[in-house]
Amino acid sequence: MSDELQDLYRETIMDHARAPHHFGLREPAAAESHQLNPTCGDEVTVRLHLSPSGDRVESLSWEGHGCAISQASASLLSDLVHDLEPAELTERIGLFRDMMRSRGEIAGDDELLGDAVVLSGASRYLARVKCAMLSWVAVEDALAKLPQAA
Amino acid sequence: MILVAPVTTPLADLRADFPLLDRSVNGHPLVYLDSAATAQRPNVVLEAEQDFLERRNAAVHRGAHTLAAEATEEFEQAREAVARFVGADVDEIAWQSGATDALNTIAFALGAASLGRGGEAARRFALGPGDELVVTEAEHHANLIPWQELAARTGAALRYVPVDDDGLWTLDALRAVVTERTRLIAFAHVSNVTGFVAPVSEVVALAASVGALTVLDACQSAPHRPLDLHALGVDFAAFSAHKMLGPNGLGVLYGRRELLNALPPARTGGSMITTVTMEGAEFLPAPQRFEAGTQPVSQAVAFGAAVGYLTDAGMAAVHAHEEELAQRLYEGLSGIPGLRLIGPGAGVERAGLVSFDVEGVHAHDAGQYLDDRGIAVRVGHHCAQPLHRRLSLTASVRASVYLYNTADDVDAFLDAAEGIRAYFRV
Ligand SMILES: Cc1ncc(COP(=O)(O)O)c(C=O)c1O
Repeated sequence: MSDELQDLYRETIMDHARAPHHFGLREPAAAESHQLNPTCGDEVTVRLHLSPSGDRVESLSWEGHGCAISQASASLLSDLVHDLEPAELTERIGLFRDMMRSRGEIAGDDELLGDAVVLSGASRYLARVKCAMLSWVAVEDALAKLPQAA
Repeated sequence: MILVAPVTTPLADLRADFPLLDRSVNGHPLVYLDSAATAQRPNVVLEAEQDFLERRNAAVHRGAHTLAAEATEEFEQAREAVARFVGADVDEIAWQSGATDALNTIAFALGAASLGRGGEAARRFALGPGDELVVTEAEHHANLIPWQELAARTGAALRYVPVDDDGLWTLDALRAVVTERTRLIAFAHVSNVTGFVAPVSEVVALAASVGALTVLDACQSAPHRPLDLHALGVDFAAFSAHKMLGPNGLGVLYGRRELLNALPPARTGGSMITTVTMEGAEFLPAPQRFEAGTQPVSQAVAFGAAVGYLTDAGMAAVHAHEEELAQRLYEGLSGIPGLRLIGPGAGVERAGLVSFDVEGVHAHDAGQYLDDRGIAVRVGHHCAQPLHRRLSLTASVRASVYLYNTADDVDAFLDAAEGIRAYFRV
């Protein structure tokens, strides 16, 4: 097995893929988004749940099916969102995107991206970047649908 | 005249003719098992195009200069070679940009006839409410969506022959769908997902009994087995050059002469007319009728070289070679625990491809693992979403062979395939 492949399918990624966190859509949700990758048929639906005050993301619930990378990525993202303001989450999605587009150049800051930095190995595989991005794009879309704070 | 089938001599090892097959991928010698998606090209095909471009390149059927005459001659010779290769007459072969384009051309020509274009001669093609088009649930999107759209444009209904749990359809299932209302039956000769080989003659006979047209998607048959379109008796057929050692951007629309000349054109413009006034135009007969605009000349020349190469190899030998490899693939994969094979079972005819699901491992991950070992297979829905949905899959892995593949290729793949589930620990 090549080092690159080992780097792509790290232990953390396979653990998340096998037993994804926050899987199963919950009610009530502040916003929802469904995204599809037409080339492989991978699908994800995410829901954002807000704190009682309404200004922070309390949690994310999601459902979907797809490859290990897309499943693990959604699971890792769901671990990250707790107690972030929408603007903070948007910023981190931007950082994640930068990492995924870097073809292995940017390792990612685990202070901001948590365990999701393990997906940097996937950024070297051009065809897999979309798999990793799918749920993040969904959350970005859901954030844009949140009722604007007055 | 009685033709005696020549004794099939086994294929020589042709790998040396295909420069690309020499490369390595991820530190391993390339094992290319994705020819059902696109085939690699032998030197003679690459050189034919280069030589044409270096010496004779010109627009065809226009101009009086020497280059134009030579280019036109070579372009038309390529058409003759392709016509001979599939058992058609030369004026029944119209160049298109690919099989997808060819199928759309048929659909749009029928749509134009339904709007009254083509006059009296085309009236018999007109579709409307009450008419039905029939496809199978196993079709490639290229042989499905054009018919969905044609139905939507004309008010005809689209019906389909369902497949069983292995992705196969039967003549009985087809008979249950075909009625006096059926105007057209479109189906793949060989399925690009299951490797199922359609009973073409029986479908043609059934279509004839209700007066329906037949459209044969020959994408996965023309490259791999002897094909005689006249003997099969289909009305239309489509196939792509890039799947049969030829270039991209070129495909063939075959139609029975009488039908092509009665249909209105789907696309109009230069090179396909006799007389043009400010009010309207009259069109050339087939094939030019369906070849509006400047044609892909060097591609056609290269395609002519490709069918020449295939003819020299011998299509009966190509077919026999692939059957042997398909058998090896099927048996090998059947012996690996945790794989679900799609398509015909043991002992049933199958083309040179096998699609399968790896239980617990997504097709993309399986494909990534194989690629790491230099093995190129197709993963995804292979442009057949309805079929995959019917089989409760979103994606599968497909290994497909061609004349340049060897038993060693198959064995390398089987060896790797055996390790997939262990690697992903399922
Ligand atoms: C059965 C079948 N039909 C149609 C097509 C479409 O061919 P093309 O993409 O070359 O137009 C393909 C190839 O992808 C195929 O395998």
